[in-house]
Amino acid sequence: MIARDQVTVPAGHWLTRLPWVAGGVGVLATALSLVLASGNPRQFAFSWLLAFLFFASLAIGGMYFVLVHYATQAGWGVVVRRLAENMMGTIPLLALLFLPIVWQMRELFPWVNALADGDDHLIAAKAPYLNTRFFLVRAAVYFTVWVAIALLFARRSRAQDRTGGTAISLALKRISAPALIALALTQTFAAFDWIMSLDPTWYSTIFGVYWFAGSFVSTFAFLVLAIVVLRSAGLMKDVITLEHFHDLGKLLFAFTVFWAYIGFSQFFLIWYGNIPEETIFFRERLEGSWRAMSFLLAAGHFAVPFFFFMPRSIKRKPGLLALGAGWMLLMHFVDMYWLVMPAMHPHGVHIGLSDLAAFAAVGGLFAAVFGRLCAGSALVPVRDPRLAESLSFENV
Amino acid sequence: MAAFGVLAEYATPADLFRACERVREAGYTRWDAHTPFPVHGLDRAMGMRRSRLPWIILVVGLGGAAGGFVLQWWVHNAAYPLTISGKPHFAWPAYVPITFELGVLGGALAAVLGMLGLNQLPRHHHPLFEVERFSRCSDDRFFISIEASDPRFDAVATRQLLERSGAAAVEMVEDPA
Repeated sequence: MIARDQVTVPAGHWLTRLPWVAGGVGVLATALSLVLASGNPRQFAFSWLLAFLFFASLAIGGMYFVLVHYATQAGWGVVVRRLAENMMGTIPLLALLFLPIVWQMRELFPWVNALADGDDHLIAAKAPYLNTRFFLVRAAVYFTVWVAIALLFARRSRAQDRTGGTAISLALKRISAPALIALALTQTFAAFDWIMSLDPTWYSTIFGVYWFAGSFVSTFAFLVLAIVVLRSAGLMKDVITLEHFHDLGKLLFAFTVFWAYIGFSQFFLIWYGNIPEETIFFRERLEGSWRAMSFLLAAGHFAVPFFFFMPRSIKRKPGLLALGAGWMLLMHFVDMYWLVMPAMHPHGVHIGLSDLAAFAAVGGLFAAVFGRLCAGSALVPVRDPRLAESLSFENV
Repeated sequence: MAAFGVLAEYATPADLFRACERVREAGYTRWDAHTPFPVHGLDRAMGMRRSRLPWIILVVGLGGAAGGFVLQWWVHNAAYPLTISGKPHFAWPAYVPITFELGVLGGALAAVLGMLGLNQLPRHHHPLFEVERFSRCSDDRFFISIEASDPRFDAVATRQLLERSGAAAVEMVEDPA
């Protein structure tokens, strides 16, 4: 049905060298990060957390894509699913890359020291939830759930490459819905723990959804870019067509709007209520250069892409769609920076070498694992029962 | 009674496909294909252009959003300024939900009404319904109708074109109006 050389990275292809290059960059940048950490451990901790969260967004977003795919028994995107499986396949790596955050959690989370001092009543009242031991237990639970889902779905999907048939698809369909609930709950609480508790007296119940919205946008952006790279390397040409780009573009557009909807909802209720312990989050982000970054997000993460992605013709031009996708990834990084860094630099945006080193470290290792996973099996689920439907998919 | 046009019947979607391509190549513009179920790719065989509907929806949707915003601005700043929970009169975040909703409402109404308008619907009758064989259009037969108002329409030549296009039957259709 599809040519084998279209869906496997041939030995000796330049793409097979990419993971090693990325991995090398990742290791060197990790070393640089650790050197910088000895000079300024607080800056290292925040830079690392930012990079970790950015790439965790992609891994978790890829997992949502795979699970939703099975839960809805989607046909159109089977040719894209393996790439999303490879994105979520980086979760075990991310569990490892979480360790520096545990190591430096005293620098990151004010509640760690505040609890020891015992002088902040607001934080003391949250101690049953915000304490070091329970924080670590929760993180362990999140990663256990994520690794379990990622390994189960990725391995069964690869097993289907050999066996074919519908049994595996049906079994994964049955567990996809409970897995989605588990993933939604764990990501919500991970957002509370890892981002919201940077400012432990501030709270927003929609915060988990906000991180999800950004992570899902960046997932579609990453998929578009990965497919464009693979096609420029001569792979997937007859497998992933303009129709699939069109659908990824639609989802990119839809979740860009969803992100704005959630982001505004969060702002709107806090603005309306006008309670100081809630408004402090936006007050910090509407002063100095943070104000400019807030407006950059409103324009660059929503208003401009809203009109850019709207026309059908853009979604059917891979070059232009990839341009928009690259921009959205950049904007997701800005979004994560905007969430994390005001706790470190309340007086203004301050991007330094440590940020770049941590990004290269986590990103390099992420790309290495993602690339190895792509080279390790076919790029599409070659014997999925819905593959034919996906290959001949057309937008009406 | 004037002629509405000419109707051709086909046995299979494949016949209809080839016939549509021939009608398209002959340069007709006021014609249509009728099938009992959606036939993928038929729009391309017919050479249909993209609908103008998205532009209508965009303009009306943006108009609705702008109207919603201006209405609230007018109410709160010009017509009846009230101080509400200590907010300034021009409290733009409070205007966003209504602005958004009226944008959606405008877009949705434009989509439905624009679709009906571009399809010249609703209408309670159509000359093709007078044709006995046309009832099979909702069952197992495929049809092409070319209207007499088409500038290239010719009672003899158009009929011959359809007869040579693989039609199972061709007949003239009267316009009872």
